[in-house]
Amino acid sequence: MGHAYTPGLKVTNNYLIKKDRILPLKGEVKVKVGDKVQPDDVVAETHLPGNVVPLNVANILGLPPEDLEMAMSKKEGEAITEGEQIALKKSFIRYFNKACNATIDGRIESISHITGQVLQRGKPVPVQVKAYLRGEIVEVIPGEGVVVACHGAFVQGIFGIGGETYGKLRIAVSDNSTVLTDDLITDDMAGQVIVGGSLVTADALEKAIKVKARGIVVGGFDDKDLRDFLGYDIGVAITGSEDKGITLVVSEGFGKIDMAGKTFDLLKSHDGQMACINGATQIRAGVIRPEVVIPRAEQEHIEVTGPTEVMGLATGSPIRVIRHPYFGRLGKVTDLPSPLHTLESESKARVLEVEFEDGSKAIVPRANVEMIEN
Amino acid sequence: MAKFDKPEDIKVIVATDCGSTTTKAILIEFTNGEYRLVSRGEAPTTVEAPFEDVTMGVLNAVAELEELTGRKILDKNSKFISPANGKIGTDIYISTSSAGGGLQMMVAGVVRSMTAESAERAALGAGAIVMDVIASNDKRLPHEQIERIRHLRPDMILLSGGIDGGTTTHVVELAELISAADPRPRLGSSYQLPVIYAGNKDAAEAVAKTLEDKVDLKTVDNLRPVLERENLGPAREEIHELFMEHVMAQAPGYKKLMSWTDAPIMPTPGAVGLIIQTIADQYNIEAIGVDIGGATTDVFSVFRPEGNKPVFNRTVSANLGMSYSISNVFVEATVPMVMRWVPFEMDERDLRNRVKNKMVRPTTIPQSLEELIFEQAIAKEALRLAFIQHKSFATSLKGVQQQRTIADAFDQKSSGDSIVNMLSLDMLIGSGGVLSHAPRRQQAAFMMIDAFLPEGITRLAVDSIFMMPQLGVLAEVQPKAATEVFEKDCLIHLGTCICPSGKSKKGGPVMKYSIELPDGAKTGTLNHLEMKKFKLGLGDDGLPLKARAVLEPEKQYDLGAGKGVKVDVELNGGVVGIILDGRGRPFDLSTLGEKERVSYLKEWMKELDIYPGM
Repeated sequence: MGHAYTPGLKVTNNYLIKKDRILPLKGEVKVKVGDKVQPDDVVAETHLPGNVVPLNVANILGLPPEDLEMAMSKKEGEAITEGEQIALKKSFIRYFNKACNATIDGRIESISHITGQVLQRGKPVPVQVKAYLRGEIVEVIPGEGVVVACHGAFVQGIFGIGGETYGKLRIAVSDNSTVLTDDLITDDMAGQVIVGGSLVTADALEKAIKVKARGIVVGGFDDKDLRDFLGYDIGVAITGSEDKGITLVVSEGFGKIDMAGKTFDLLKSHDGQMACINGATQIRAGVIRPEVVIPRAEQEHIEVTGPTEVMGLATGSPIRVIRHPYFGRLGKVTDLPSPLHTLESESKARVLEVEFEDGSKAIVPRANVEMIEN
Repeated sequence: MAKFDKPEDIKVIVATDCGSTTTKAILIEFTNGEYRLVSRGEAPTTVEAPFEDVTMGVLNAVAELEELTGRKILDKNSKFISPANGKIGTDIYISTSSAGGGLQMMVAGVVRSMTAESAERAALGAGAIVMDVIASNDKRLPHEQIERIRHLRPDMILLSGGIDGGTTTHVVELAELISAADPRPRLGSSYQLPVIYAGNKDAAEAVAKTLEDKVDLKTVDNLRPVLERENLGPAREEIHELFMEHVMAQAPGYKKLMSWTDAPIMPTPGAVGLIIQTIADQYNIEAIGVDIGGATTDVFSVFRPEGNKPVFNRTVSANLGMSYSISNVFVEATVPMVMRWVPFEMDERDLRNRVKNKMVRPTTIPQSLEELIFEQAIAKEALRLAFIQHKSFATSLKGVQQQRTIADAFDQKSSGDSIVNMLSLDMLIGSGGVLSHAPRRQQAAFMMIDAFLPEGITRLAVDSIFMMPQLGVLAEVQPKAATEVFEKDCLIHLGTCICPSGKSKKGGPVMKYSIELPDGAKTGTLNHLEMKKFKLGLGDDGLPLKARAVLEPEKQYDLGAGKGVKVDVELNGGVVGIILDGRGRPFDLSTLGEKERVSYLKEWMKELDIYPGM
C-alpha cells in the first residue's frame, strides 16, 4: 500500500485556491478570463426546465384516450396559463359540455392517445452560479461555467454543515482551547464568520443564528447537539444543503477537541479580513471537505500551475492522532518501524512512534494518524 | 477466450478487482494437477484525480504480483504477455470493477410488489445499486416521480410492467414519465441515457414511440411474461452489455482496460453473485454470502424453496457499512441494540462522538480492545439489519394465485413469503474487512452467529482476502479453476455451528450430543443459554476435518429433521471448530436483564475464546 495513512487536512497561509463554478445544465457564462470578481457576483446562469405536471385529461372528460386529440383545444408546445381551458368535450346540449383546465402556467409538453395523459411543463426556473470567492476568472468553460482562483490562506475542516457564504473573520475566543459559549456571541457579529476554540455549545450556535452571524469555525462539536440542532441524525456524511441560517466548519472532529494551534494562529492572524466558507462535506469517493478561504486583499495576476506533490509520512512529520485512545493529540513522528505490530486489540497493523507535545511517546497505527500539511 | 479452444488449456490466470479504493490482483496457476492461488498484490485505485486512469492502479497491483512471485507478467510497454510460457506471461487476464461508484440504476414497474420487484431483482442480480424503484402504485404523485427521475442521474433505467398480452396503458404511462423527466446519465453528457424495456411485449412499440429521441432504448424479453414466472436472464444480460458499452466506457481508463481483458469486465457484486451460485450448484447446497464493506453491505443467497431448482437473490443495503455508513448503522439500529452486545458500560455522548469521528475518518482502525468490541457490536447490527432486508426481499413471487387443498388448511404460507429458511441453510460465508480481518477467527464466527442467528447445522466460512469477485468472473471462463481456488484458497473454513431451533425454560436441556472428535468422543448435554466449542480443525490439504455426530434435540427443539428428531450427521471442522449454541431460536439478547446479559455475554465470550483477557 503506497499510502497507509490519511492524507492530512490542508492548513496553509499561502495557497492558490481554484474553484469550479459549473451550471447544472448548459447556459450562459457572464464573465471572461481575467475578470476580477467578488463572492456575490453572478458568473453564469441558466434556466432549468420547469416542473412537469401530468393531467389525465381523457379520464377527466370521460373520453377514450384515442379520442383525446380531437377534444384538445391546446396543441403540443402551446403556452398555457393556470385555469385556462385546454380541452373540451362537446355535447349536443351546451350545458353538458365538459372542460378541462390547465393547472399550471407553462406549455403543453405532450398529449398521449394511449394513456390519455397530457403533460404540462411549468415555466423555466432561473439558476445562477455566483463566484463564491473574491478572485479572478482563470478559465471559462463555454456554456458550462468558469474556474475562479485566488491566492490566500486555506484551511480544510473535517466536517461541516451549511453551504457557501462569506463574512468578516472574527476571533471570539482567547485561545484554541476555549469553548465558544453563548456569552461570547455579541450583536455586532451580524454578517461575520466567528472563530471559536475547542467546542461550540448548542446555545452559542443558536445565539449566532439569532444575531445573524454567517458562519462558525471551531475545533469540535458534540454529535448530540448536532442531532438536536438539525432535528435528525446524520447517517452518512453528505452535507452542505442544510438551510439553518448558518454555516459551520468543524476543524478537528466530534466532541471537545482543541483547534490545532497552527489553524487557530492562522485564523487569528487574519482577524477582521474577509473569509469565504463552505460547510459541504462528502466522505466518499471524490471527498469534499469543508473549508475556509481567506483571499488576499490585493490579488496579483494569477498564473495557473499544476498540482503540487503530496509528500508521504517521514520521521519528523507533524501529525494528529484521529482515533482513541489518543484522539486529537498532536505530535511528531519519531519512528516508522516497517514490521507489522500487534495492537492491544490483537489487530496486526503498520504503526509509527509518535512524540506528543508534552514529550510523552506512544505507538499508534499509521491508519490512525493524519499529517498536518503545509 | 479466443486464444484457447478448451478451458483446460488455461494454466495461468491473472485477475483484478478494481474497487473504489483498492485494486486487487491475484495470480492463479495450475500446478500438481490443481488450480491454486499463488499470490496477490494490491495498489490504490486510480480512477479519480489526479490520475484518472484505472489502468495505472491495475499495473501497480500486477507489478506487486510480479515482485512477489517472480513471474514476469508485463512487457516493457506495460502490456500483458500472453500466452504464458514457463515463468513468463499469463494465459488470460480478467477483471471486475466497482470503481467510480459501481453501476447505479433506477428501475420502474407497474405494481410495486410484482413487476417492479422483479425488475429490482434483475438489476440487483446484475450487480447494480438500485437508486429508486418507481411504480404506478408507489403512492407518489406523477410530478413527484418525474422530479425524482430527473434528479437521480442513474447510469441506466430498467423499465418493466405488465404480463405479455395484458394491459399496456400503465407501462406506457411510466414511459411517458421517463420521457417527461428527460433524464441525463451520471457520467458524461455526450451520450443518451440507456433504458432497457423488459415489459409487456404488446406495449413495446408504444414505449419505443414515447421514448424515441430521448433515450437510448433497448428492448428485451419481458422479465415477468406471466405472473407465475420471472425471466430475468435477458434483462440481466442486457444490463451487463450496457454496463460495458456505456458506463465502463465513460469511466477514465476503462476503454484501455476493456481492450486488455479476455472476458467482459463485470460489476463486482455481479461477479460475487456468480461464484456463490456456481458453488451452490456444484455442491447442491443452500448458501448465504455477505460482504460488509465501508459504505454498503451486500447479501447473496441461494435457496431451493421448491425442491431442487435454486433461486438466487441479492440485496444491497446502501447505507449499512463499517466506515462511511457506520453512523447510519448506529441510527438505524439504535444505541441500546448496539450496546446489548457490549459487556461493559460506555457513555452515550462519548459513543456518539466516536462513531461520528469514525464516519469522518473512515480509514482508522481500532487500537484498543474496547474499541474493537464496540466496532464488532456495530458490525453485528449492520449485518442483522442487512439480513432483515434480504429476507423480506428474497420471497416467492408475489401476486401468484395458489391452489390449496384441504391438506393445506393449516399451512399459512402465501405468495410472497420469504424463501430464506435458516434450518435448511448449509453454508454461511462472510467477507469484508470486519469479518475477514478480525484479529481472531472466533470473532468472525461470533459476529455471524449473532447477526444471522443460524438454525440447525450450518457451516461457517470467511473469504480470506476478498477474492470472490475475481473468482466470479473466472467462473464464466474456467469454472473448474474458480471452484478449486474458492474451496482451497479463498475460503477460510471456520467450522460448523449447531443451533437447535426452538424455545424452552431458562437452564433446561436443549440437546444431547455425542461427537467423535479426533482427540476422543465428546458426549454431553447442551443447556439453554449455553454455548460450547470443540476443536476440529483443518487437514494437511487445508480442507476441513470431518467428525461423526449424533445430536438428539429435546422435544421442543429442531435441528432440521423435525422437533425432537435425532440426527446422525458428519460435521465439518475449521479454524474455530464446532460451536454448539444453546440459546434457542428465536433469540433476543435484549430480553435478558442487564446483569444477566453482561454475565452471559462474558460467559459466551470466555467459552468461545473471543477476546483476550476475558
